Amino acid sequence: MNRATLDLWVGLFVTLGFAALVFLAVKVGSYSTARGAIYSVNASFDNIGNLKVRAPVKSAGVVVGRVGRIKLDKKAYRAVVRLDINDGFKFPTDTGASVLTSGVLGEQYIGLDPGGDEGLLKQGDTLQITQSAVVLERLISQFMFNKAAETPASAH
Amino acid sequence: MNSIASNSSLVRLDGVRFAYGEREILRGVDLTVHRGQVVAIMGGSGCGKTTLLRLIGGQLRAGSGKVEVDGQDLGHLSTRAMYAMRRRMGMLFQFGALFTDMNVFDNVAFPLREHTKLPAELVRDLVLMKLHAVGLRGAQSLMPSELSGGMARRVALARAVALDPMLMLYDEPFAGLDPISLSVTGQLIRRLNDALGAASIMVTHDVMVSLELVDYVYFVSNGVIVAQGTPEEIRKSNDPFVRQFVHAETDGPVPFHYPAPPLANMLDGVAA
Amino acid sequence: MSALDATLRKLGAMTIDGVWRLGFAARFFLAVLRYSGQSFLRLPLTIREIYFSGVLSLLIILVSGLFVGMVLGLQGYDILQRFGSSDALGIMVALSLLRELGPVVAGLLFASRAGSAVTAEIGLMKTTEQLQAMDMMAVNPLARVVAPRFWGGVISMPLLAAMFSAMGIFGGWMIGVVAIGVDDGAFWSQMRASVDFRYDVLNGVIKSFVFGVAVSWVAVFEGYDCHPTAEGVSRAITRTVVYSALLILALDFVLTSFMFRGP
Repeated sequence: MNRATLDLWVGLFVTLGFAALVFLAVKVGSYSTARGAIYSVNASFDNIGNLKVRAPVKSAGVVVGRVGRIKLDKKAYRAVVRLDINDGFKFPTDTGASVLTSGVLGEQYIGLDPGGDEGLLKQGDTLQITQSAVVLERLISQFMFNKAAETPASAH
Repeated sequence: MNSIASNSSLVRLDGVRFAYGEREILRGVDLTVHRGQVVAIMGGSGCGKTTLLRLIGGQLRAGSGKVEVDGQDLGHLSTRAMYAMRRRMGMLFQFGALFTDMNVFDNVAFPLREHTKLPAELVRDLVLMKLHAVGLRGAQSLMPSELSGGMARRVALARAVALDPMLMLYDEPFAGLDPISLSVTGQLIRRLNDALGAASIMVTHDVMVSLELVDYVYFVSNGVIVAQGTPEEIRKSNDPFVRQFVHAETDGPVPFHYPAPPLANMLDGVAA
Repeated sequence: MSALDATLRKLGAMTIDGVWRLGFAARFFLAVLRYSGQSFLRLPLTIREIYFSGVLSLLIILVSGLFVGMVLGLQGYDILQRFGSSDALGIMVALSLLRELGPVVAGLLFASRAGSAVTAEIGLMKTTEQLQAMDMMAVNPLARVVAPRFWGGVISMPLLAAMFSAMGIFGGWMIGVVAIGVDDGAFWSQMRASVDFRYDVLNGVIKSFVFGVAVSWVAVFEGYDCHPTAEGVSRAITRTVVYSALLILALDFVLTSFMFRGP
């Protein structure tokens, strides 16, 4: 095998390999959480349901970040969720966070409801207004109790 | 007298012992090779003569004793110094050991390209000269698989002398050669040695050819040197070992039978 | 008693032998790294090995990738349409390829195509005393023969895995979109929305790099360490394929548990 042909083949091979990588990076994947371009805020909830790390954080349905870490506040027994929000999206300090579900049985995500405050959230801030996940079992049992309580009342 | 001898000696082994694990191969070998000499080390198969060659080439290190090449103790050389030493040695392996992925020309050019920064034209001239010396200039573009055993060994010889070594080592240079290739190879070894002004050591059990061309012979058996001398002395020797070897007698100091209890005992089922 | 004794002895010998070989393999690995400088200073040596390891494995990798992707398209569609989410076909194909099948299957193919060839080549060079001859010519075989083959494999493997994944996604697209009729837009947009570059693509590349190191290491070690006979070489080739496959699968489990663990 002569040297020039060999070089040509290897050059072709490497080009093809990198083309495949670029295809995977650009066409297949997306840079939703590019490092360095985020800021993190905390929000604590009574109950986060099935929320997982890396679940999306959305505002008005648009993905603006990801859930970075979930831990339990050992004193208050509340779930503390770190939200990694892309630097491009700024929110007022009185923004509220709620754990929502896409569809009836879909994945859970954090929804942000911007308030009207002048100041903007910074790295390390804590969200004051939070709303916990709706737990389906509780909802159903609550509904049943109400029904059970209603029935005798209406008989009277 | 003594100092003159040590000045002209190129290789000196002094009480060299060597063992693979617990199996002792060499039990105290003394040996001297002077510049300009062709020396043969002879002995039966498995007597430790190839090990001896490996020790001189620095591929193995002696368990005790001293291996000296050109005044340097190989036992105390760093890897770098050992490689520097090996650039001045050439070794011919039993079956040539040509690089199978290169043609004849590239094989001979290999040491030149690895160790020198000579321009391509000069490398080409040198390679052709070396190939010419072994009579294979016309085979330069053949692959090793296209060569006969004798030709492969001659190419390997050209490769081994590419850097004009001061010491040549030959591992069974005559094994498996037809009579013509055999005498051609023998002639080449002598001629190259005299042309380079080098010393050559060859390990062989081909007595007749060797006695024709060497200056000195060592006989090795059971890890020690049992006899030595010039070819004349060897031919005239009355030593039973030498006589057995030179005249190819089947039994003698080198027994025909592998050590075993007497046959009668075994047949009677006494020995287990 | 003596049977037990013999069994224990055998077990002991096997353990000592195994540990010794592992230690030797580790030292060999460090030595190869130490002498790697030359394979980068003299790039043509490594380029030659990329040709033998990479370019010659290209065909089997591309064809296998295409078929694996097509199977994923068929099976994925069959399962997803039961839940009425056949739009997610792109996600399924892409994630299974990028995270697992690309690196693992490409690694297994690479071990049996290129790894075995490297072992055979080095083993034969040892058997025919070429390595010793090189050593006697004051050329270190680790630097001249082993290191370029090692790096050729390490460089080729991630590129091959990426091509495998890309080809597989193309195969899945062909079956899903062209043959079955999943919506083209949904296929790509769902895929892009769920596949993260750093989390999925880059982790896959890291996996394939690790597998490349593992396979190349096993291949050059088994070749260099083989018993210098025809039988020894053939055993070494078998060991290369078996050990590479086991290493790939075991490392895949370890890497996956680090990379993709839940909250």
